[in-house]
Order: sequence, then C-alpha cells, then structure tokens
Amino acid sequence: MSARRIFARPARFAVIAPYVWMVLFFLVPFGFVLKISLSQTAIAQPPYEPVFDLTAGWTAIKAAFAALSIDNFKLLISDELYVFAYVRSLTVAATATALLLLIGYPIAYGMARLPRRWQAVAMVLVIVPFWTSFLIRIYAWINILQHDGLLNQILLALHLVSEPVVWLSTDSAMYLGIVYSYLPFMILPLYATLAKMEPALEEAAADLGAAPLKVFWLVTFPLSLPGVGAGVLLCFIPIVGEFVIPDLLAGSNSLMIGQTLWLEFFTNKDWPVASAAAVVLLIVLLAPLLLYERLQRRQLEER
Amino acid sequence: MRKPTRLSRFNIASLALGLAFLYLPILILVIYSFNASRLVTVWGGWSLRWYREFFNDRAMIEAAWMSLRVAACSATIATLLGTLAAVALSRGERFRGRTLFSGMLYAPLVMPEVITGLSLLLLFVALNAERGFWTVTIAHTTLTMCFVAVVVQSRLGSLDRSLEEAAMDLGCDPVRAFVAVTLPLIAPAIVAGWMLAFTLSLDDLVIASFTTGPGSATLPIRIYSEVRLGVKPEINAICTLVIALIAVVIVIASLASKLSSSQGDSAAPL
Repeated sequence: MSARRIFARPARFAVIAPYVWMVLFFLVPFGFVLKISLSQTAIAQPPYEPVFDLTAGWTAIKAAFAALSIDNFKLLISDELYVFAYVRSLTVAATATALLLLIGYPIAYGMARLPRRWQAVAMVLVIVPFWTSFLIRIYAWINILQHDGLLNQILLALHLVSEPVVWLSTDSAMYLGIVYSYLPFMILPLYATLAKMEPALEEAAADLGAAPLKVFWLVTFPLSLPGVGAGVLLCFIPIVGEFVIPDLLAGSNSLMIGQTLWLEFFTNKDWPVASAAAVVLLIVLLAPLLLYERLQRRQLEER
Repeated sequence: MRKPTRLSRFNIASLALGLAFLYLPILILVIYSFNASRLVTVWGGWSLRWYREFFNDRAMIEAAWMSLRVAACSATIATLLGTLAAVALSRGERFRGRTLFSGMLYAPLVMPEVITGLSLLLLFVALNAERGFWTVTIAHTTLTMCFVAVVVQSRLGSLDRSLEEAAMDLGCDPVRAFVAVTLPLIAPAIVAGWMLAFTLSLDDLVIASFTTGPGSATLPIRIYSEVRLGVKPEINAICTLVIALIAVVIVIASLASKLSSSQGDSAAPL
C-alpha cells in the first residue's frame, strides 16, 4: 500500500494492527480449543495426541480428519458430573441475575430521579467499586462472614442468634458474593435507560389516575426493557462461567462448570475433555451473546 | 415543566441502602488492616504491623512487582491497539471483515474468563512459548484492549465530526487532522482507557493463572492461594494498599477528564 493511499484512508490502515492481534490471540486460540477437544488424551506433555501435523502433507491431514474423535463430547453428555455442573451453572446464573435485577432496579431508579448534578456523583459512586479488585471485594466478605466475623458478632450481640451461624461455604454466601460483584453491571445499563426516559410520561399516567405501582408496571417498566435486557445479559453470561466466587464462598460439593473446567485442566490434566467442555459452554453462551450484539446494534440505531 | 425533584422516600432509601451495601465491606476491610490483633475479628488497637509484615514478605513483594510490570506493559499496548480499533470502527469506513472484527472486539467483554484463559494457554503450549511475564502480558493486552476500544469509541461518537472536517477543508490531510484536532479531544478517553486497562490487569486472576508459568505468580494469584488457606491479617493490608493505588489511578483519570472539560470541551466524562 503506497503512502498516498494510507493517507487517503487512515481508518482502514488503523485497523490492521488490532485486527491482526485479535485474530492471533483471540480467534486462533479458539481454533486450538476446538482442535484439542477432538483429540485423544495422552499421558505426556502436552497431554493430548496431536491431531493435524501440517508438515506431513495432505494425505496425513485427510487421515487425521478420519481419526477425529468426538469421544470427549460423548463423555460430557454421559458424565453426570458435567451435566450437573452445566445445569447448576445455568441455575445459579439465572437466580443471581434475578436477584440482581430485583436489587439493582430500585437503585438505578433512585439514581435516575436524582437532580442532574447528583446523578453524575451517584454514577461515579456506583462505578468506583467496579474499579476495585473483585478478589479484594470477595475477600472483604470472607472477613465479615467467617465464623467469628463481624456479622456473627453483631447477630450475637443483638441476641438474634444464640450461637454463630455458618455463613461461609454456603450457597447464600455465594449468591451474596455474586450479587455484590455484579451489581454495577446491572445498575449502569438500567440507569442509562431510566435516565433517558421522559418524566412527562409517568406524570401523564399519574394525572390520568393510575396508582404509583400501576404507573410503574404499565409505563416505567416496559419503557426500561432495553436496559433490563442489557443488564441481564451483562450479568448472566459471565456468571455462568464464574469460577472464583463459588470457589471461595460456596461449598465444595457442588461445582459450577468454571470450577469443573479448571479442575479437569489443572488437576486431572485431561486437556481434551476440558477443551470439549469449553466448546459446549461457548455454544450454550453463544445464543445470549448474539442476542446482546443485536440489542446493542438496535440501541445504536435508535440514538 | 419538569418538577425540580421527584425523589420519593423509597428512592432515597434504596439509594442509601445500595451505596451502603457497595461500600461497607470495603470500609470494614480497610479499618481492620490497621488492627493490631492477630485475630482478624478482634479489635486490638491501631497498628501498622500488617503493613510491615507485607513489606518483609519477599514472595508477595515479587508478585506485586510482577503485577505492576504486567499491568503497565499490557495497558500501554492495549491503549495503542484499542485506540486504533476505536478509530477504525467509528470513522466508519467499510473494510473487509468489519463484522468479524467488531465481534472479536466485543466478545471478550462478556466471555467467561475461564474460556479466554484456557484458549490462550493452549495457543502458548502449541507455540511452545515459555510462560511467564510475556504470555501474561499478551493475554491481558487481548482482554483489556477491548475495554479501551469501547471507552475511546464512545468518546469519538460524541465528538463533532465537523471539527475534523473543518481541518481537512483548511488543507490538512486526514492523518494530520486526526493528530492535530481529534487526538487532543479524545486524549482524556485514552487516559481513562489506559487506567481501566491497568486496573483490570492488576485485578485479573483467572486469565493470569492460565497463562503464567511456575515462579512468576502475579499478586492476585498469590492472594488467592493465601485466601484459600484461610484469612490472614496481612492480606487486609495488601488489599488496602491495592485499593489506595486504584484510588490514586481513579483520581488521576477524573482529573484528566476535568482538565479537558475546562478547556471548553463539554462532552461527558468517560
């Protein structure tokens, strides 16, 4: 490309470096996941049989294709542990997202009704915890929830319980941790749509005699649905693959798919099965991802 | 006419509770990091004991140093690449594979980190690359450049394009118009993007665990392995230091965007 043409189309030129980077370090690695998910486990380093050897020529590649094995995927379906982990991940993500919506909506609603100047302050206040390390935030809760932690001390002092309650290593602790970590992701898209909403619409409904709850249910909530959709997807998808929060806060007897993947990879060293599990997880998540893309595009067009 | 305030008691209560929920645990952690007692839950008076303990812990210091280097390095590369990507996408010229490109750019934002980490590890193993500083840096760059691209792109979207066009009408070529007019205007977003990339890298545990090698643990990896063994007061001190560092970063980022708005540019910060 001559210098002249570069100057004429700088945007086209700008894309080359990030494009190459993303192909190399995002797309190609997925190729490897896919490839290894189709190969056999081996006891060696790396712990899988090579599938294609590109140096061996076309006939070898054809032979390799014939030898591709979907055993790893069959194993996933037949293994109760995996099926259970997928189901549990989806259930946990759905429950946590519902909780997030219930808790996040009133906060976002309150923010949107603040005077303009205070809205900016409130937004910064919601974003700041997102900048603070999530590991630290989970650790903060471990401090509070442990056997002789602050929560139990307060409950004992108030005589609400007679002996310390076990909080850590329970599902409640895990949900608390997830809700705490993902709350900004739910509040921000909700706030964005609620703040843009014309207050005259709610006032008109009230003037026409609708009770506050009816105004909310018939006017406010339907109009905020794009924000609800964005918030739900922004939370649901990463929670399905969540690994650290359940590992630190939930009990060890029921694993989510992220933890199962991790164990399979690092402890059992069964890379092909772990890769197959990742492929399945990706396919499960692809639908909401595509939905999210379309939603974003529609919002961009509306602007 | 819009009424000046439409806040109900319910609104105020939910805001106050929400903010308390977000901040109290962190506040408690910071306070307990100054606790003299070895027991994490018993208050034994103010003390800097656990900070001293941290500065004497060589493994922790090394991990912190590794994390800072990775974060600075990957944030810088990510800012360069992310800004280029944002310019390419928002300056709307059609190019081949645009949909694929924007898809690749948005996917890591929501993708579970376990998958990203696993796929990068498989790549590094296949390439026979020695895992350590550079592999973690590459992994973090890939993740954080997407965030930079989003931040810079939203800023570019809110800019008045006619400024750039005016410069070109006055004889600038597109590149010069971009450097002389657009770049100063989006500089705060670029700074904010760098800061975001820096803190994200500093924070990341999952991807770093997959892509690092033996002997080069980052701070979150070390903290994680300590936390799994049980609560130690030293961790409170380390966490407080990280929070302080991030607070400084946020202040600088907000100052950068304030500075630009005082220069007569009224676009929203970040």
